[in-house]
Amino acid sequence: MGTFHSDKGELHGITVVVETNGPRVYVGRCDEETREGIILLDADHHDDGADGKSTGDYLRFAARFGIFKKHDRVVVPRAEIRKITPLGRY
Amino acid sequence: MPYDPELVAPMRREMVDLGAKELTTSKAVEDFFSQKKGTTLLFVNSVCGCAAGSARPGLRLALSSEHKPDRIGTVFAGQDTDATAAARAHFKQFPPSSPSAVLFKDGEPVFFLPRHMIEGRDAPSVAFELVGAFDEFCAKK
Repeated sequence: MGTFHSDKGELHGITVVVETNGPRVYVGRCDEETREGIILLDADHHDDGADGKSTGDYLRFAARFGIFKKHDRVVVPRAEIRKITPLGRY
Repeated sequence: MPYDPELVAPMRREMVDLGAKELTTSKAVEDFFSQKKGTTLLFVNSVCGCAAGSARPGLRLALSSEHKPDRIGTVFAGQDTDATAAARAHFKQFPPSSPSAVLFKDGEPVFFLPRHMIEGRDAPSVAFELVGAFDEFCAKK
């Protein structure tokens, strides 16, 4: 039993990694994919090398423990998206 | 904003039926964690069907295995906010996540199952993760 929103696409409710065409990667719970981009809730972002951590280091921690959110809601424009992968598959 | 208490009542009951102590205040959380010896599972409950819908049945399956924690407690994220914050203070090295499960041994967190390891999986898959932790940390030696 729980609340479901099956009209929001197959990634709704799934925590995903959004790799961009630049150095930034986003991790957050997918709310919805639209023509404009992907809407993430309770999201974090990391820029490669920030805080002395590579994107790989950041994603290894995220895959094991999750993320400390920086954004309640963030929209990543479709033109910036290179790849979307469920965090659980990392 | 908390959901309607009537909506979440069955989700609370599901945990109580599993033998979990429902912790709805920060005092109840501190009382629960004051007993450190042995193994303790803290389950962070959630209304989310995408993840909690398989987390609770997964926990039910896992608790039918040979080894299990000495005590189980549960807080409800988004509902009992003070209790949830108090519970998370006991494992603040892990990012907030709901639903999630934390296993403690002698007061120290030794295993964390965050939401993203639950969502999209079925109950047996969730149970598999939990049973692995129970076998490692809850077996009496």
